[in-house]
Amino acid sequence: MPSQNDARAGWRPRHGTYWLIILPALAMLVFLYLVPLADVLVTSITDPKPGLDNYLLLFTSTSVQKTLLTTLRIAALTTFIALLLGYVVAYAMRAANSSQQRLMLFCVLLPFWISVLVRSFAWIALLSSRGPVNAGLMAWGLIDEPLPLVRNETGVLIGMVHVMLPYAVLTLYANMRGIDVRLVAAARSLGASRFQAFRMVFLPLTRPGLIGAGTLVFILSLGFYVTPALLGGGKVLMIAEYVAVQINDTLRWGLGTMLATTLMLSVLFALWALSRIIDVKRLFGA
Amino acid sequence: MNRHHATGIVTAFAWMVLGFLALPAFAVVPISFTDTRYLSMPDEHFSLQHWRAFLSSSEWHNSIWQSLWIATVSTLAAVVAGTLCAIGCWRVSSRWSERVRTAMILPMAVPTIVYALGIYRLYVDLDLVGSAIGIVFAHTVTGLPYVVLTVSASLANIDPRLEQAARGLGASVGQTLRWVIVPNVVPGILSGAIFAFIHSWDELIVVIFIGGRAFFTLPRRMWDGINDNLDPVIAVVATGMILFTLLVLSAELALRARRPKS
Repeated sequence: MPSQNDARAGWRPRHGTYWLIILPALAMLVFLYLVPLADVLVTSITDPKPGLDNYLLLFTSTSVQKTLLTTLRIAALTTFIALLLGYVVAYAMRAANSSQQRLMLFCVLLPFWISVLVRSFAWIALLSSRGPVNAGLMAWGLIDEPLPLVRNETGVLIGMVHVMLPYAVLTLYANMRGIDVRLVAAARSLGASRFQAFRMVFLPLTRPGLIGAGTLVFILSLGFYVTPALLGGGKVLMIAEYVAVQINDTLRWGLGTMLATTLMLSVLFALWALSRIIDVKRLFGA
Repeated sequence: MNRHHATGIVTAFAWMVLGFLALPAFAVVPISFTDTRYLSMPDEHFSLQHWRAFLSSSEWHNSIWQSLWIATVSTLAAVVAGTLCAIGCWRVSSRWSERVRTAMILPMAVPTIVYALGIYRLYVDLDLVGSAIGIVFAHTVTGLPYVVLTVSASLANIDPRLEQAARGLGASVGQTLRWVIVPNVVPGILSGAIFAFIHSWDELIVVIFIGGRAFFTLPRRMWDGINDNLDPVIAVVATGMILFTLLVLSAELALRARRPKS
């Protein structure tokens, strides 16, 4: 609160008590969160021996590179699809009347609060070869054989888009709400077609929203564990599951912590870069 | 293209996407009533066999009980610590307190798998793997951001002079908190509590790592079930979890409706 500056000056002596009530949460954060994260980082450069050997694996190990590529590819595809679908939903939400808007917002927020585990399970059931989606398609005669929709990359993408779409919609919608629609009307009155007005006036104004939503979805997609593990059926190994496998099955702590550190630093760096463009705290609901 | 035509297509497509968002999770409801032994829609008639199996399973009962009390205790801890922290940061309002508040959001941003490795290593050293207190602490610290964010949002609507006035009239910091600040941010505290509760209730990855042999919370037992055999009983549990989440969420919405608009 910058406006409080002058009033605050005379208050400083009393702030001691307020720092004291910050302390329990801060202590927990430091000892039970930051220390463990630091330990992951340290392990990555000390296990099995000190040095950056683990990080060399990023450039030399084919299985690590394959995992990284899979992760990047799925995160990029998820981002692309979520932006496309999210843009349409946010656009329609902006144009809808307020009662429709409320219902639309409800549809967006509802899956947001249903656990990712439950949703992944529902998708397994829906998309399996004997599931209702394939049964429906076959009953309509659209296909003769069940489509392989799950335990592969298609399944992972469907599940991940489903999880990420609310983030895209909410970020894009927040951006679109701030746009002065009279600009579009002005373009129209100056002779632009509907499509021209959209492409040359509205679309450029939503660029910050697209960048914000895209970066956020991409970052969050990188660290996904549950959805790819369940809907990929062990065939689509993304970085988080790969890390878990290293720790649980092969006990390669050095490799596991190195990938975890790489993941964490990439995410934090991207968030920091994003925070220079938009107010990141808003994205987390502040 | 005709104006109404174009808008109509966009709106129709948007509703299809919204359907894709809102509906799929509810597929578990009919599946839980399937009359088959595998995951499918009811074939010939609705059957309660999997609900009966669920209701008579002591394993699932234990999991519900564990999930409930772990979520309750860690929510209480997160609410107390998080509320105090948010109020402290709000009142101090310096560059450092801003940094503290930003740091408190970290658990929401860092991928859970990274934290799971770290806390597992720490708990191996402290011999806390498979302990109740270990899980409660881990869920508390990862639930803190929700409370700090919602309480901070509530505090932003309070006039700081209220606190000044209370102190000026001779109230101690404790009395000011108890009688002036906290009553003004109750909606924020309750929202934070609900989010922290759902967070712990749904949390899977950390529990997989630190749960040991003693703690199979609902998500963990579900996870094992999905990986093992895809028993339709899981659909029953998923139905229950959705109902529970909806219940908690509608409480949140009711609170939000009562909260004054800023």
